[in-house]
Amino acid sequence: MARIVVDPITRIEGHLRIEAEVEAGKISNAWSSATMFRGIEIILKGRDPRDAWVFTQRICGVCTTVHAITSVRAVENALGIDVPENAELIRSLIAGLQQVQDHVIHFYHLHAFDWVDIVSALEADPAKTASLAQSISEWPLSSPTYFRGVLDRVKSFVEAGQLGPFDNAYWGHPAYKLPPEANLMAVAHYLEALEWQRDVIKGHAILGGKNPHLQTYLVGGMAVPLDLNSQQAVNAHSIATLQSLFKKARTFVEQVYVPDLLAVASFYPEWTQWGAGVGNYMSYGDFPTTARLDPAQLFLPRGIVFDKRLDDPQPLDMQKISEYVAHSYYDYQGGNDQALHPFQGETNPRYTGPQPPYEFLDTDGKYSWLKAPRYDDRPMEVGPLARMLVAYANGHQRVRELVGFVLDKLKVGPEALFSTLGRTAARGIETLVIAEQLLGWLDKLAANMDRGDLAIHNDEKWDPASWPEEAEGWGFHEAPRGALGHWVRIEKGKIAGYQAVVPSTWNGGPRDAKGQRGPYEEALVGTPIAQAEKPLELLRTVHSFDPCMACAAHLVDVRGRELAQVRIL
Amino acid sequence: MPSPLDPQGRGWVYDDEVMAAAPGDETFYGALRSKGVSRRHFVQFVGAVAGMLGLEASAIPRIAQALQAKKKLPLVWLEFQDCAGNTESFLRAARPSVDEVILDAISLNYHETIMAAAGHLAEEVLQKTVRESPGEYIAVVEGSIPTADGGVYCTIGGRTALDIAREVCGNALATVAAGTCACFGGLPAAAPNPTGAVSVSAAVPGATVINLSACPFNAANITALLVHYLTFGRFPATDNLGRPLFAYGKRIHDACERRAHFDAGQYAERFGDQGHRLGYCLYKLGCKGPATYQNCPTVRWNEGMNWPIGAGHPCVGCAEPYFWDTMTPFYERLPKVAGFGVDADTVGVGIVAGTAAVFTAHGILKSIQRRRAELKEKEPSGSETTKD
Repeated sequence: MARIVVDPITRIEGHLRIEAEVEAGKISNAWSSATMFRGIEIILKGRDPRDAWVFTQRICGVCTTVHAITSVRAVENALGIDVPENAELIRSLIAGLQQVQDHVIHFYHLHAFDWVDIVSALEADPAKTASLAQSISEWPLSSPTYFRGVLDRVKSFVEAGQLGPFDNAYWGHPAYKLPPEANLMAVAHYLEALEWQRDVIKGHAILGGKNPHLQTYLVGGMAVPLDLNSQQAVNAHSIATLQSLFKKARTFVEQVYVPDLLAVASFYPEWTQWGAGVGNYMSYGDFPTTARLDPAQLFLPRGIVFDKRLDDPQPLDMQKISEYVAHSYYDYQGGNDQALHPFQGETNPRYTGPQPPYEFLDTDGKYSWLKAPRYDDRPMEVGPLARMLVAYANGHQRVRELVGFVLDKLKVGPEALFSTLGRTAARGIETLVIAEQLLGWLDKLAANMDRGDLAIHNDEKWDPASWPEEAEGWGFHEAPRGALGHWVRIEKGKIAGYQAVVPSTWNGGPRDAKGQRGPYEEALVGTPIAQAEKPLELLRTVHSFDPCMACAAHLVDVRGRELAQVRIL
Repeated sequence: MPSPLDPQGRGWVYDDEVMAAAPGDETFYGALRSKGVSRRHFVQFVGAVAGMLGLEASAIPRIAQALQAKKKLPLVWLEFQDCAGNTESFLRAARPSVDEVILDAISLNYHETIMAAAGHLAEEVLQKTVRESPGEYIAVVEGSIPTADGGVYCTIGGRTALDIAREVCGNALATVAAGTCACFGGLPAAAPNPTGAVSVSAAVPGATVINLSACPFNAANITALLVHYLTFGRFPATDNLGRPLFAYGKRIHDACERRAHFDAGQYAERFGDQGHRLGYCLYKLGCKGPATYQNCPTVRWNEGMNWPIGAGHPCVGCAEPYFWDTMTPFYERLPKVAGFGVDADTVGVGIVAGTAAVFTAHGILKSIQRRRAELKEKEPSGSETTKD
């Protein structure tokens, strides 16, 4: 038995370490550890709740919109503020574009090199590459000349001897299965996606001033003015520019991302057997379809799937959410075997890991800066796969169509979804589902403006003097990486407690007091490892979750006060 | 989309000066040519960079020459207590597709978010750069560095961020602090600074550090900084906070497109009111532009598409040290901004704007101390407050 350590896990956001035991060519046990901590919730205490979104936004610069929207929703929930329909639409446009752009970056820039061997691409025949590309898509950049140009660039880069970000990777590993032509096509699209992401994200600049870290959220609405008769507001020119960016986003997803995903997946059918993980899935749901944020009327539905039972979806009860610290660097005053609901959580960080520099973690004890969130005492997977499964189980028509299309193309049944490859495929399906919605939401916004509805902000409760002495609330969002919740308690106009329970904490958290593994850990068990010193297969499964550790390593601080009542959205 | 003028659909127009890359041409310009960028567009790019750096037109040939002559400069990018916002910003770097080539102009040997290698093989590349070319590589640091409790709040490959920063930045030709966290401690160092987070220059006192602040930094500024070094073999002049003057030499308020409204006393009073829709000054909604130095108004963001004030939200002062403590609450107006149309109904300790000395160290410290004293009152006993 060999103990392997991968630290840092690269091509993710943040600092993640995986330790795993390998026995007879397979992972027999695994531990997921977050190795960075900032304490943002402690920093929030005593501050103006209207400022909180700017702070929480900086939890992550990759998911640059998600903690901002969740934070304003939490404060709005606490204070009983409804936001204007236009603000909801702008939030959906921003969040939807984030989802689409982030998923494409994940596929090409974070995940692709787990499946694509750039060195093998050097052997490709440009003419055959062109035939391959033309056989799977209408995308016009597919001529032999084009691929010849890409090949020459890659060759001259390699021959120059400075490999930069491509140095020392697992190139040539036997687990790479794509033919040279597919590798070359993927490398070309890696480069195209770099330009594409930079371009389409300009939609965030139009609506939010800049990206990353858009500066446009407000408790009660959004800060970007709407006015067809102003040159300093979202006007017809802005709408036209957004339309063209959203079309560009959708076309790339339809003609490049989804065809590439299917092509790559078809060479790795065995990856539908491994990486299932805990088999429980949770989605808070998102994207309101009505003028107000109504959890029963969300475009992507809210719900739970236990034990892969797609025929038996369950409703979500947020009171069943709790967190363990048995294997996390925190202490609970009432003992580390209990689980606490976010509103009753405690903050007592205590590092008990090995003193650095260290070789191995003490995985029998505490070993991560992440807590272990549980729903009804069970570990839950969140993210694109969870959202698509909950939508599928609840009869979401477009999701069912696209899931069916993908399964058909890959000639597999629905059980294939519960796997590393299923997770990666679900992300692509979801990207298309959302990319298709952007223009419709924009049309609604334009129609409102045309009617003279320019409202972006409800400022009835902007002045803290209008707030109750005490209030508490929670905000939810489906971030690219999954279900995100913020819980806030406000006293005398200031933040008294704040907590974020984050997708990568759900997925990447450690064991709980009962010894149940978290989803990364569970998914890794059974993953084959051909070469222990080059655990490429481990990266495939971990990357299929799209880890975001800056988001995940947070700190609760609600200081043990029982709350009388929680207003549930 | 491809067109007769743009056969590869790259988004800009080729002309008849396109040349094939010479074999073995590893220079920046060689990389550009291998991408099919014409001489004319190359010169336009150089001209734009020269403009950003505030250089005379006579410098253009020199920049052009430098980019055609230099081998790729090794660069390692370290992420500590970060959010990867500066990395994401860097990925948005633009000029007709030159961002990709900037990746070719430098050799990005280590960057956790981007690099293909993982685990010890990734660390091996970092070690190789540090050991084989000490004093010849640039280090970029993103995020603050925790110092409390022996640095256990951030470890990579089992080593603390502090340990890694001392080795890597200590041996670098120079270190670029990317974003306000690396420059000044930023968000993790905001009161009560639970992890003892500090800036790069505080963590590695002997290192040569250039601060590119803001949250995140603007990609255009690191592009210009690197080109400046490649061209002149030295880094540009900085202000007393170590920030290049070409990017931080001017107050946002003084270059703001809404300044005329400020001078005329025309303010947005509420979000969404007529003044807000017509682009009036955001001062009364809390704008920190009068106390913030950065080239946002002129360079703007995302290829010049917009910037926060342009989209109707007040500046939050993110390029300034300790802005999380000194610029909050964000929606309260700055006191006593000198100008024509300003009410005198302001409160609090004055930050006297209008001169370059707007943020003296003294003013910042006082403000921080006040903020920390406020928070400390509310802290339960046993909560840890550490030095910054």
